[in-house]
Amino acid sequence: MNTPNTSGSSLESQAAKFEVDISSRYRTDSIFKTLTWLAISIALLVLATLIVDVLFDGLPFVNWDFLTNFPSRKPERAGLLSALAGTIWVMVTVAVIAFPLGVGAGIFLEEFAEDNWFTRAIEININNLAGVPSIIYGLLGLQVFVRVFGPNGWFYELTLAIKESVYQLLVEAFGNNSMLLQWVYGLLTDADGQITGVDITGGRSIITGGLTLALLVLPIVIVSTRESLRAVPDSLRLAGFALGATRWQVVRDQIMPMAFPGVLTGTILALSRAIGETAPLITIGALTFISFLPENLQSPFTVLPIQIYNWVSRPQKDFHDLAAGGIIVLLVVLLVMNSTAVLLRNKLQKRF
Amino acid sequence: MNSEPTRNDSLWQPDRQASRTSEAIVRTIFGAFALVSVLTTIGIVGTLIFEMFEFFQEVPFWNFLTDDQWTPLFPTAEFGIFVLISATARTSTIAVAIALPLGLFAAIFLSEYAGPKTRQIVKPLLEVLAGIPSVVFGYFALLFVTPLLQSFIPILQGFNALSAGLVLGISITPLVASLSEDAIFAVPRSLRDGAYALGATKREAIVSVVLPAALSGIVSSIILAVSRAIGETMIVTLAAGQNPSLGLNPFVPIMTMTAFIVQVSLGDTPAGSLAYKTIFAVGMTLFLLTLVLNIFSFWFVRRFREKYD
Amino acid sequence: MVNESAQIATEPALRAENLNVYYGSTLAVREVNLKIPKNKVVAFIGPSGCGKSTVLRCFNRMNDLIPTARVTGTISFQGTNLYAPSVDPVELRRRIGMVFQKPNPFPKSIYNNIAFGARINGYKGDMDELVEMSLRRAAIWDEVKDKLQESGLALSGGQQQRLCIARAIAIAPEIILMDEPCSALDPISTLKVEELIHELKQQYTIVIVTHNMQQASRVSDLTAFYNAEALEGGSKVGYLVEYDRTTSIFHNPAEKATQDYVSGRFG
Repeated sequence: MNTPNTSGSSLESQAAKFEVDISSRYRTDSIFKTLTWLAISIALLVLATLIVDVLFDGLPFVNWDFLTNFPSRKPERAGLLSALAGTIWVMVTVAVIAFPLGVGAGIFLEEFAEDNWFTRAIEININNLAGVPSIIYGLLGLQVFVRVFGPNGWFYELTLAIKESVYQLLVEAFGNNSMLLQWVYGLLTDADGQITGVDITGGRSIITGGLTLALLVLPIVIVSTRESLRAVPDSLRLAGFALGATRWQVVRDQIMPMAFPGVLTGTILALSRAIGETAPLITIGALTFISFLPENLQSPFTVLPIQIYNWVSRPQKDFHDLAAGGIIVLLVVLLVMNSTAVLLRNKLQKRF
Repeated sequence: MNSEPTRNDSLWQPDRQASRTSEAIVRTIFGAFALVSVLTTIGIVGTLIFEMFEFFQEVPFWNFLTDDQWTPLFPTAEFGIFVLISATARTSTIAVAIALPLGLFAAIFLSEYAGPKTRQIVKPLLEVLAGIPSVVFGYFALLFVTPLLQSFIPILQGFNALSAGLVLGISITPLVASLSEDAIFAVPRSLRDGAYALGATKREAIVSVVLPAALSGIVSSIILAVSRAIGETMIVTLAAGQNPSLGLNPFVPIMTMTAFIVQVSLGDTPAGSLAYKTIFAVGMTLFLLTLVLNIFSFWFVRRFREKYD
Repeated sequence: MVNESAQIATEPALRAENLNVYYGSTLAVREVNLKIPKNKVVAFIGPSGCGKSTVLRCFNRMNDLIPTARVTGTISFQGTNLYAPSVDPVELRRRIGMVFQKPNPFPKSIYNNIAFGARINGYKGDMDELVEMSLRRAAIWDEVKDKLQESGLALSGGQQQRLCIARAIAIAPEIILMDEPCSALDPISTLKVEELIHELKQQYTIVIVTHNMQQASRVSDLTAFYNAEALEGGSKVGYLVEYDRTTSIFHNPAEKATQDYVSGRFG
């Protein structure tokens, strides 16, 4: 070396200064490995304990009566019927809203949107929404769907005022007894002959719960749609374009059929997230004690997790065991949904 | 008969106008769908700001920050938000103290030590743990963990921060594990090889080279877990109680921010009442806390992510 | 064929005998026999898939890290078989260093890139001194002495590779293995690394795998030419064709395949 430093030769003599205490290092290694093993074991042990505990307490209560009875103040007669029905109603609503919205948005962002600030803003926004606590969505639902679009809400008052002024205008223009007025009056009034505003959600109803949960899981559907679309090889798109197809024709006929199992898997996983949500539904004011079945989207409702919450928060042991029974039913529903999703995912992996 | 596809133009008349129209319609509709997420954000922020503003018309901001009681439903109402924050801090701290080591070590186990067969069994089980609804964890914390702990800690009350925090920690462990594992997995092989070639043992390679290289992903997974712990509702509502108390004691009943929102929602609170506005003020505090964490995590990943090509 | 006379009579640094490497049940390299003499630069050349990197990775047991890899035969290092049960690969790698194809500095400061290996191997000397010595030895000291606390990833590709060489030197190995160390570098950086190899052979035995035949002829004293032959079922197995003084390999090879390869007719 042409540096004045003579360290070159001394470097080799450094070898003597290494004291490789290999056995103590290996001992630390095996402790470390044991710790990692212990961590995963603790997590899985807790899972096993939880399931055994629930089964032990709840299994004696799970029978046909439990599934077909309404809740009751007497534990031995209490059942899950209204909660099960409510869960099904709400989940169908969530699916009907979140699936088209999420898949459409996913297709737009992945296939149509150019890479500009607007698209990026939407992406960042979706990421941020995924980090918002679910109870905040409950507050949104409470304010917007219960208050603004519910009975006697802002939207109700607005539509009422519009209807009344339309009626007044017609009265002034055509007099009280014209044929036209009779006809319009029929349109503006409800069954009791009163002019009313428009109540879209019916307040603390199934549609409110469905909309709230749909907004909550929308980011999951969008993200999984985009991932499934991205997994379709670009060569397929190019092949479609080369045949003179428009972008939408390519997406509809070539890409979506390939991506569909993945999209469906993502949607099912999103629904299984929604099915276990409790906090946002309590916040919008879903009832905890219901002894009738929902009739339409504006009916009041309860769902499985809320029924479970209600039973857990009572002081009597019998209700706690009922809660365990409810948990078993909820977990079975989740298990069925997740297995479906896993089966679909495996099928998808085979196709590529 | 001609054996080739014909080039006769009269037979090729695609309806270009129709495809262009349907393309434009689809684009517009799907673009509008994408905007729903923006509207959601606007709805959340708008709602929270509007009601919070109303709230501060009635309650001085200074009292919100400095009162040492939280009694909004009492005739002599006090609004010390730190009473609730101290409760959320207690459950979240315990939760992260559990989830950080468990999740990180589990991630290391899965990515570095587990064989393919073990992974195939353990990963789906962790997904099962991640998919357990929080109300189920709440049941477990209140009716299994608390009685169990009480046999060791006699002063532990029926509702307490400790059980809630422990179970909350278990519930966010899969999140830390799976995100950290992704980050560890992304560390290129060449770095590990570099460490091994210098005479590192497996643990030395992991601790000194792989984990630092995956740091940004690991930190962001932890921040996400913290934000999940702060916003979690059912476990703390069921197991930690409904009793606002300022302090650090994990053995007594407490009331977190989320538990307060649930408590008010369960009662019949008319819109426009002070109690109604209060839950939005608490919601805003919660939202801001998680937003700050999300932004910090975003910034941290940007700032500290190493780029390997 | 292997020219015995080319291999200096003194005890070689490494001696491979009947070395076979398997991945799973497929044989990847068969029956390699060669001696690496002390303080020489030995180049491994040959077409892709001929197993030259695989053989190199046997010398510090990096193949141990691939679960399916299996090695038979012996490699003697100072009189013991590297693959004997008593030999610990971690300890071995302290004494046989390695530089990789792509520069792979750790995402740490330049200083800690060097100090890492020394720390884990229980170095008892002065760390600052060792870092400076190693960086000087790798001819990169002048370029980095003012930014020792900056990230190793902030350096250029050529500097990163010299940093990796410095990192390997810092743990005072006897042999340095280089796996295509210049293939990711520009010509000027390549030249610097080649000069460095010249300097280093005073103190170290160097085995270098290279795709670049000019490089082999410039830096090495001895050259081993590997080739691959196709087996039934489509897999390929590598083997050592010829091993001799570099000048002989390039100007007067004994085998036709070597002649064809060094004159650019295949590979």
